[in-house]
Formats: sequence, structure tokens, C-alpha cells
Amino acid sequence: MTDGSGMSAFDKPNSYIGRSVPRPNAKRLAQGRGTYVDDIELPRMLHLAFCRSPYAHAEIVSVDKSAAAALPGVVRVVTMEDLKDHCSPWVGVLDHLKGIKSAPQWPLANGKVFFQGEPVAAVVATSRAIAEDAVDLVEIDYKELAPVTDMETALDADTPVIHPELGDNLCFERRIDAGDVDGAFAEAAVVVEETFHFNRHTGVTLEPRSILCDYNPADETLTLYMSVQCPHMSKNLYARHLGLNEDRVRVICKDVGGSFGIKIHTYSDEMTAGALAVMLGRPVKFVADRLESFVTDIHARDHRVTARMAFDAEGAVTAIDIDDLTGIGPYSVYPRSSGIELNQVANLTGGPYRHRNYRVRARAVFQNKGMMCQYRGVGHPIAVAVGEALIDKGAAALGLDPAEVRRRSFIPDDAYPYTSPSGAIYERQSHHQSLDKLLGLMDYDALREEQHRLRAKGIYRGIGFASLIEVTNPSPAFYGIGGARIASQDGCTIRLDPTGGLTCATGVTEQGQGTEGIIAQIAATAVGVAPGQVRVITGDTDVVPYGGGTWASRGAGIGGEAALQAGKELRRNILTVAGAILQCTPVSLDIRDGIIVDAEGGGERMPLAELGRLVYFRGDTLPDGLQPELVATKHYTSRSYPFAFTNAAHACLAEVDVETGLVKLLNYWVVEDCGTVINPLLVAEQTRGGVVQGLGAVLYEECLYSSEGQMINGSLADYLVPMAGEMPDIVVDHVTTPTETSELGAKGVGEAGTAGAPGAVMNAINDALGPFAVRLSHMPFTPDKILRALDKT
Amino acid sequence: MAAPTMVTLTVNGEPVSRAVEPRLTLADFLRDALGLKGTHVGCEHGVCGACTLRLDGVMVRGCLTLAVQCEGAAVETIEGVTESGALKDLQEEFVARNALQCGYCTPGMLMSAAELLDRRPVPSRAEIREHLSGNYCRCTGYQSIVDAVETTARKRAGAGR
Repeated sequence: MTDGSGMSAFDKPNSYIGRSVPRPNAKRLAQGRGTYVDDIELPRMLHLAFCRSPYAHAEIVSVDKSAAAALPGVVRVVTMEDLKDHCSPWVGVLDHLKGIKSAPQWPLANGKVFFQGEPVAAVVATSRAIAEDAVDLVEIDYKELAPVTDMETALDADTPVIHPELGDNLCFERRIDAGDVDGAFAEAAVVVEETFHFNRHTGVTLEPRSILCDYNPADETLTLYMSVQCPHMSKNLYARHLGLNEDRVRVICKDVGGSFGIKIHTYSDEMTAGALAVMLGRPVKFVADRLESFVTDIHARDHRVTARMAFDAEGAVTAIDIDDLTGIGPYSVYPRSSGIELNQVANLTGGPYRHRNYRVRARAVFQNKGMMCQYRGVGHPIAVAVGEALIDKGAAALGLDPAEVRRRSFIPDDAYPYTSPSGAIYERQSHHQSLDKLLGLMDYDALREEQHRLRAKGIYRGIGFASLIEVTNPSPAFYGIGGARIASQDGCTIRLDPTGGLTCATGVTEQGQGTEGIIAQIAATAVGVAPGQVRVITGDTDVVPYGGGTWASRGAGIGGEAALQAGKELRRNILTVAGAILQCTPVSLDIRDGIIVDAEGGGERMPLAELGRLVYFRGDTLPDGLQPELVATKHYTSRSYPFAFTNAAHACLAEVDVETGLVKLLNYWVVEDCGTVINPLLVAEQTRGGVVQGLGAVLYEECLYSSEGQMINGSLADYLVPMAGEMPDIVVDHVTTPTETSELGAKGVGEAGTAGAPGAVMNAINDALGPFAVRLSHMPFTPDKILRALDKT
Repeated sequence: MAAPTMVTLTVNGEPVSRAVEPRLTLADFLRDALGLKGTHVGCEHGVCGACTLRLDGVMVRGCLTLAVQCEGAAVETIEGVTESGALKDLQEEFVARNALQCGYCTPGMLMSAAELLDRRPVPSRAEIREHLSGNYCRCTGYQSIVDAVETTARKRAGAGR
């Protein structure tokens, strides 16, 4: 919402929207007083550990549980045969992804194993240590089968079919052919082409996946303490697959130690914990250790993209043609499917640009590796890197500056709303403004001059850009229409307490990004109290309104709008009561800083605490006929567009040491347009955190597999994540184009950093190596790969 | 599995005696035997730094230290330094700068940062980044953490502390 000046209408006294106020839960966490799942202990609680397959593909010949079961402290040892009456299998497909297929997945291996780390048997014991001791005593004989690991040959006729009943190893294929692609390439002034490899990597949440399942057979209730982003989705899935009444399943999600999309999927070991809790009638806890996390948390990316781009003589993009192949492991992940990432690559490549001719073939194939699914950014890092690399390559061929080619190709500011050739509808974006602001922030001309000066001294620096769009605030078009019971709407209930404070329950969840903080800011602003007067409750399906949770950068845009509307409703209710008590019209009153005042002049009439006292304890003194309602609930779902789209412009300055192959990140800039900014402090660090995850992907992080399907670097000592010492300071600034689909105007900001960084760094490295006439396009860009490109190994 | 051994130590100033299995890590001992849940376990192989704590005044990884090694030792955890107020200014600066998101790395990060500030009262940003490189944070991007440590150092120096 903006007024004529372009300022947010929330930028006024008594508004906390747009203010950098600290998060209410940060103090607790800074004192080590958080409550993560593993911190919770229940009476008679048992611990769970798993026998996991050492092979990527094998038949289970026999399992001997006897020695393990005899170990003191062991309560139960189970295989899939023991769970079959207690848990049904799942299939990770969505109806609207036409043709997608997958095989039924069971909580424990059902006769065959399909990836290294797949759970085969489970041990329940009085301590995790005893359970692990017993795991070593379970004897499992396997008959190895040929593993399918190379996605490039997964569809070949002589490659074994992983699930024979599916007919082939193709999970999903998406094609787009819009405009006249062949004609555009034939007429092009310049055509560039490249093949890109996007490394398989994973989320490495510092708190591993964790679940504590507490079944009470007396009233048939299952309480799940989970570390998840989507409590209501989990409630539905556990009820459905454990055969329970969904109304008697409660998910409680206290502090979540990082998620990034990892903790939003169905994991077989967690479902096993649920089944065992029901079977045993005792609480069962499972906390993945780091080695288990590496082989069983969902992985992301693992794409090979061959792409070409056509330009006209003026330097504008006229056509894009891409072929994407991605390896997703042996199953499409449930319930969101493993088809969404390639779908996003198909939807978004070249998204900021005006071309009308667009062709995509994108295929997801099965393989005997860890499963691949939605992780922060979902397809965006690939779409952005491919598009932006080709823009840079085209600029070089055209003899134009990379920033100039972007300007000539961006969708013009006056063309919105705009429908892309992939069918995506953009309400309004600010590519020109964002890039102009970015160039100013980084002092682009001076950097180019410095770059040329330093090259003469043998110092190779590069500047890389990435302009991007990001899908946020999804409507039911994302999952609901595909048959998944994943809510796209969210709700908020706000109550005025007798103290004058507010208690606010929201369906969106907190994973550290500051959801509780921004909901408090919005509720405080809408009602007219200080944020410190608002207590926010999240993550308990017995308490909060039904909602989707926090993913797809939807917390602020969907949950925030529900909070704003609930707060406004409560404010109206309060003023109705106040008007009746004070014998004046509600519109003549206002609420400021917890006090009911005259709208004109601001004279104090009554503190909210006094109104609360009268309503809750002295109803006898209220005017006749007045039935006060000091609780308001509102829900919000995006209706006018299927998605919101944010946009951003990133730039990276990197120095490549051509003797060692090391890349040093010297500076990084982001101009982000996420619509209304609710808390600049939180948005800035969310953006930086997102960028750093993208920097990890492009420089360090890779799940390395042997040709036998063994992950060979599955420990934190071997898998590299970004450390403080190698990360640059990151400059974050904004252009603000609020969405007009909601009053709040927030579009979301959780993933854009991750989306842009890999492409910006790839472009910077290739710019730095320009004098050597080599290009790198196989992430991550390790020193070894850079030296090989330079022919120096 | 070897028989439990008695170990006597002080934890956050309180004397503690327990019989522990020789294989029990100090981190698990603190969390499971004493209920001190502020020490977090992130990797159990000494890399991530989430379990960083102070043993006889020296930073150690709680996951690489065995409880039986701590006979006669003095252990300090995030709970102890919070109650003593030793890190109050640093904790307040972490909150003010939003130098934490999910909070899982934060206790270990604070313990490591405190050690740096004890050793080098006014470290440079590069020194702060270098020192904190044994503590992984997956959420923040590190910049706000560096800001918080740097600001605390300057404030302490300004106050003559």
C-alpha cells in the first residue's frame, strides 16, 4: 500500500511496520533457553535408531533380529513386516504435474533398498546409545543389485529400471514451446549456448531432523513434537498413514533449529517413530545424527542444463531454449513431489526478460541416490544462473556491457501486469530501478576501471550480475489443485486480554526468520499497541488457526496479511465497545500506544486495560444490549494472482587467484524488492543468510557420490559449508514495490538471496577469467576445477 | 560397554557427582544427566561448534570431550555465563543486531566470541571472522554476528573494561 509519494502508508507515527525492532524470541535463544525437540523429555520415553542400508540398490535376503532384541534395554526391533498393519505407504505425486509417477514408499525397506542410508530395521531402546549398540547386532544379508547413479544414462534402454512396475526411470517431464523458437534463432544476430552442471547439495540444518511421538492409547491421541515448517500438513499425513483420526493428532512445533525446506517433507524414519509410538503406547524420540542427515535429508539441485539464447542486433534477448535433466533419487518425495524444482526451472528461466519465444524440455529421472526435493530457492538458483550466464555470454559476443544488455532486455516498467512465455503472470516488478540502484551502490564504473588496472598487475577480479524473479505467496495453484492437503491460506486470531495486551495465534511458523516478531509488529500496528504488548503463539495445531506454515517465502505475505486484517477487526470491535462505554461514535476514537484516545487531538479517554477490566469482570456496568467481542480471527489466501513475484538485482566482486585456483569474495551487493518491508533488520539478515547459502552452493557444497551410489563426503568434516572467515560483508538495499493484492503489500524475502548468489558468482568468476578465454559452468567452482580450466594442474 | 565410573566436577559453580559410562560425551552428560539443554549437539564430530563450552577456562567441544575426563574440572555452559552475567553485553548485542535466527548455533557462538574478546579486546572484523570460523551458522550469513562482536568489543573498550 503506497500513497502518492511512494512511501508506505504504514510509515507513520504509531506504526511498527518498517521499523527495526528486535525479535521477542531472540533474547531467550541468546540465553540457551530455546526448546528444540531433543530438549523435550517425557515419562517412559524411548529412543529410536536405525539399521540403514550400506548399499544403493539391493535385495534384502534376510534379517536376524535375535541378538539385538536380546540386548538389555532394547524394547523392540522391527522391520517393515512388523509395521505393515500400522502404517500405509505413500506416493509422491501431484495431480497437476501431468504424467508424474513414483513408486509406493514404505517407512522401512519393503524387500529392496533403493538408496544408501534407507532404513531397513528399527531398534527402540531405553537410550539412544543402547539402540545404536543393538543396531550393530542386527544381521542383514543383502544381495546387491546394479545401482543406477548417472542421470545422463538413466533413461537408456540398457539401464536397469529401478521400479520395474513404472516401466522406465522417468519420473516427470515438462515441455514448453511458446512463440517461434526456431524462427527466432534463425533470425538472431547473436546466439550463445552453454551446458551447466548444478551440484547436488543439501540444507545442513544445524539442528538435525527430530521428532518425539507420544501416543495415548486411552483417548487415541497422538501428540507429535516436531521440528517442521508445516504443522498442519504433518498432522494430516501422520493421521492418514498411521490410520488415526486426524482430529486426534496434534503437532507441536517449538523452536526449530534451521529448516530451509529440509523439514517440510515426509521422512520414513520419522514416520517409523510415529508408528512405533502407536504400537508401543509409549513416547518414542528420533533425532537424526549428522551422518544420517547427510544421506537421508532431502538433497537439492543435481541438474544438467543445456541452454541457448538468441539476441537481436540491438542486444535484446529474443529467444531461449533449454534442456534440463535432473536426478531425483529413487522416489518422488511426498507430498510435495520432486517435480516442482524442474517446474520452477521451466517457469522462471529468463524471467526478467521480454522475449516471447521459449522452449523447454525438462526431465526428472530416478536414480539410486539420496532423494531430491524442495530446498531453499527451489529451482530458482538454476533458472537464474542459466539465464544470467547466457546474458553475460551474449553481452560479450555483442561487445556490450553486461548491465546494458540487461537494460535492453528487461520487461519495460510500463508493461505490467505481464504474462511470461511460460505462463507466469507478474503483477509488477522493478528490474530497471533495482539494477540502477545496484550500479550506484557498488560504484560500478569505478570497479570496472579498477578491474582493468589490476589486470595489468596480474590480479584477476570479476564482476558478476544476477537479476532475478522469485515466486512467493503461492495460491492453491502450487499444491492444493494437485490434491495435496497443504493449505495456501493462513489465519490469525488476536485477543485483547484484560491487561490491555494482545495474544496472537498464527498459522505461520517460526524457524528463526522472525515470524513471531513481524506478526507482533503487524498486530501492534493494526490494533494500536506497542509490539512488546503482543504475545505471539505459533506451531501448535490445537491452538493456532489452520494454515500452511512458513515456506515458499509466504510467512509475511500470507500470514502477515491475516494478522493485519485480524488486528483491524479487533480494533473495530474495541472501538465499538469503547464508543458505547464513552458515549461517542467509534470513528471519533483511536487507539494509540495501548490507550483509547480522541481521534482529533489525541486526548486520553481510557486505557485498553480499563476496557478489558470492564468487559471481562464488570459486564454488569456495560450499556444495555452490548455484547463485546474482543477476539478477532481473519484468514487470507491470495486470490487475484496465482503467485506473487519479487525481484532483485545481485552483484558480486570476486578475485580469482590463477596460481592456486582460490576464489576470494571481495564484496557482494543486493537490491531486493520484496514489497513492503516489515522489519528492515530481519529482512537484511534473511537476505544475507540466503546469499550465503547460495555462496555455499556455488563454491563449496556438494554431495559427492561414487559410481556405486555411495555418498563419499557425508560428514561435516568432509562436506564444506560457508564459514565466517570466507564470507564477505554483504550490502543490502531495497526498492519497494508493494503487491496490491493485499493491504500489507509484503511479497516475501526468504529465498531470493539463495536464488541469486550462484549465478552472480559464476558470472564474476568467468568475468575474472575473461583474459584467459576460459569459462566455468560446472558448480561448485573449486580450486581444482579452476586450475584445470586454466590448464595448470 | 564398560561399567560406569564416578566422576566429580563443578558445573557452573555447583558440585556434581554422577556415575557415567566411559563413552558418554560431556555434551550428552550436561544435556541428559544435568538437564542443561543450552549446549546443543550439531555434528558430534567436533566441526560445527554448537556444543562449544568452557572447561577449566578453556574452550572445548562438548562432543569431543568425555564426561569421565572431567574429574575435578570446572565446566561452564551458556546457562552458567548467563546467570553470572559475564556475557550480558554480548548477548544483548546479539539480540539488538539480530545476530541469531534459529538460535541453535548461538550458545556455542557466544562462548567462542567471549573467548576471543578475552584474548583480544578489540579485534578487527577479519580477526572476528577468523576466530568464529569453527562455529557454523546456517541462518544469518555471519555479518550480524561479526557486527555484534565488534560492537561489544568497542563498547567494552570505551568503558575501560
